[in-house]
Amino acid sequence: MGKIILLFVTGVSAGVLGGMGMGGGAILIPMLTVFFAVDQINAQAINLVAFIPMAIVSLIIHVKNGRVEKKGLLWIIIPAGCCSLCGSLLALAVKGSFLKRCFGAFLILLSVFQFFSNKILELLQKKKSNTKKGESGEKIAKKF
Amino acid sequence: MSEEIKNKVYMALTGALTGLANGFFGGGGGMIVVPLMSFLLKMKTKTAHATALAVILPITVVSAIVYFTSGNFDFATGIPSGVGVVLGGIIGAWLLGKLSANWLTKIFAVVMLVAGVKSLFF
Repeated sequence: MGKIILLFVTGVSAGVLGGMGMGGGAILIPMLTVFFAVDQINAQAINLVAFIPMAIVSLIIHVKNGRVEKKGLLWIIIPAGCCSLCGSLLALAVKGSFLKRCFGAFLILLSVFQFFSNKILELLQKKKSNTKKGESGEKIAKKF
Repeated sequence: MSEEIKNKVYMALTGALTGLANGFFGGGGGMIVVPLMSFLLKMKTKTAHATALAVILPITVVSAIVYFTSGNFDFATGIPSGVGVVLGGIIGAWLLGKLSANWLTKIFAVVMLVAGVKSLFF
C-alpha cells in the first residue's frame, strides 16, 4: 500500500510539471527508474500511456480556442508517426542499460537547453531580425 | 529551392526528429518539437505549444501501442503513477500562470540534470 501511495505522489508531481508545459515525462521516467527500480523500458511505457488522456483533454481545449495551426500539419505528423514507430522498435531492440544511458544523455542535453532557454531565445531572435529584415515571423507563418 | 518546398522539408524534418526521439525515449517529443516549430517553422509560441500537442498525441498513441503490445506495461506500477500523472496534469494546468515560470524552469532544469547524470553514469 505504501508503495502505491508513493507511486501516486510521484505521478502527481510529474503531472503537475507536465500540466504546466514542462515535460513531465522527463521527471517521471528517471523518478521511476531511480527510486522504484523500474526498468527503463517499463518507465517509458508508463509515461507514454499516462500522457494520452491528459493530451486528449488539452488538445480539445486548444482546438476549441483555435490555437492549433492545421495547415500542412500532416507534413509533420506522417513522418513523425513513421519515425515514432522506428524509435519505439529500436528502444525495444537495444539493451535496457544502454537505453538508460542514452536517456540520461538526452536529459542532460534537455536540461542545458532548458536552463539557458531564455538566452538561446534572445540569441535566435537577434539572428532572425538580422537576417529577415522587414519580414515579421507572423507573415512567414501565414505562408503555410 | 522554392520557399514552399523548403517549408515542407523543414516540416518533415521536424516531424522525423520528434517522432524518433519520442518513440526511443518514451517521451520528450514536446521539448523538441516546440523549439523546432518556433524557429524552423516560424510559429508563434502559443500556436507552437498547441500544435505540438496535435503532433505528439498521435505519435504517442503509436509508441504506446508498440510498448504495450510487447508486454512492457506493468499494471502494478503503471496504474497508480498513471492516475497520479493525470490528476497532477489537471492541477498543473490550473497552476499555470499562478506561479513564476522562470524560477520553476530553472529548478526543473537542475532536477533534470541530476536525473540525467544519475541515469547516464550510475
